[in-house]
Amino acid sequence: MKAVIKLISYVGLILTIVPSLLVFSGTITLDMCKWLMLLGTIIWFVSAPTWMNQTS
Amino acid sequence: MFKKKLLAHLNSVEEFERTPIPEKNLKGWKSFIGMYAGEHTAGTEFVIGPLFVAHGVTASDLLWGLFLGNLLAVLSWAFITGPVAANKRITLYYLLEKISGKKVTLVYNLVNALMFCFLAGSMIAVSATAVGIPFDMAMPSLNDWLPNSLSWVIIVLGVGIVTTIVAMFGYNQISKFANIAAPWMIMVFIAAAVAVLPDLGVHSVSDFWTKANDTMWTGVPLAGQSKFTFWHVLFFAWFCNMAMHIGMADLSILRYAKKWYYGLSSATGMYLGHYIAWVASGILYSLFLLESANSIEFAPGPVAFRAAGLAGAICVVIAGWTTANPTIYRAGLALQAIRPQWKTWRVTAVVGGITTLAAVFPALVMKLLEFVALYGLVLMPMGAVIIIDIYILPKLNLSSNYAEVFKKNFNPSAAITWVLTLLSALFFNMYFGVEIFFLGLPGWFIAALVYIVSSKIIQPKNQSTKEAIA
Repeated sequence: MKAVIKLISYVGLILTIVPSLLVFSGTITLDMCKWLMLLGTIIWFVSAPTWMNQTS
Repeated sequence: MFKKKLLAHLNSVEEFERTPIPEKNLKGWKSFIGMYAGEHTAGTEFVIGPLFVAHGVTASDLLWGLFLGNLLAVLSWAFITGPVAANKRITLYYLLEKISGKKVTLVYNLVNALMFCFLAGSMIAVSATAVGIPFDMAMPSLNDWLPNSLSWVIIVLGVGIVTTIVAMFGYNQISKFANIAAPWMIMVFIAAAVAVLPDLGVHSVSDFWTKANDTMWTGVPLAGQSKFTFWHVLFFAWFCNMAMHIGMADLSILRYAKKWYYGLSSATGMYLGHYIAWVASGILYSLFLLESANSIEFAPGPVAFRAAGLAGAICVVIAGWTTANPTIYRAGLALQAIRPQWKTWRVTAVVGGITTLAAVFPALVMKLLEFVALYGLVLMPMGAVIIIDIYILPKLNLSSNYAEVFKKNFNPSAAITWVLTLLSALFFNMYFGVEIFFLGLPGWFIAALVYIVSSKIIQPKNQSTKEAIA
């Protein structure tokens, strides 16, 4: 379960950075990039606290 | 019931202010990597990067100056602060009390706490520029020293109160929050800069260097700003945290480290925060200047919002928090050293209040480069005193921890060192025109020399007194 949540968190981080590269390559617009970054932000802050800072 | 539980929790926050950190409370790499990355990927990064642009730094001076300056900063944490922290495992304030006595430490702590309050205040102000976007708040400009609207005051007070409440819960809570936010923040910094590159005329990697020189870091300062060179960038990058590494304030943090070399973990903060984030925020600001025809408005929130939307604005708020929180915590420790019986959370609440009031004045943001340099310079001499006291005085057959050994409240050597070092810095600045960014290095050697000579003069008398007492 923890591995799945971690994976979801990393997807959030990817959604934060990758859209900017797609704007740079001309694949998506800046507005679309902003929405995807916001989605990535929400995913990260909802999922990461459940596994970061936990002692195993 | 809730109030009782809350008070019980706050009172249980134990930060080992006057005792060495117990073995079981030591922390591993992860804690410091997150702490440094979070702390130095901060609200101030949204200010410092743009100010380099305003001061006309060239692209190559910026990239090389930051690389070498940050390397020197990491080495300072690793080889100056880290070994002392692992050896003593007590706060800077308690160590200083043993060396300098209560009277010198009292003055030092007051100055230190005040500096920390102003620094944290600047970060709260930066966060407020993002929080104010939906309220259509009038943004401050480069020439503003006083608040320019009631909405600015209200929003700054709100951000300050929330930041203070988080800081009241202690280092562990701050460390956890910084750990979570750090990876995301650096992603937003990078993404925001990359996403606006096409608007700056960069459509392929090969375009970057040309546009970096022609459009971003042109080498021409804005009207009214001084010209910065490679040396300005290098010394600023090295000394902007001088109070924390060479000045030893980070003993309070690194005393939790399992190994002395954990000071190297500051590299995450330096190269992600003080390299990538400064470059990224410089790119964002150069776009703002291009689109606004060199407007003097200076507000990181809207600049980040323009590039990355809500995620950018949230990043400015959180970046401000993750630096303001540990800074308020440090200021609380400085004050608590004066009155050890005060509870950590009560002191933090007072410090947070002062910080929030200071944040209302935009001058803290607009003069940030000068303030940061001054802050490091003022506190640095006590770092030199600690190093000489631990490593050099015993070799000269002199006693370390003068105040503790001779049961004195006042160590004249430490006081003379502090005053003479700052006076000499003032002299170099006023009569030779040496800029504040370059005074730290000669200042450290002056402090070291003065402390050795004055200890040599003062200690033998006391040595004989001590022997007589024995």
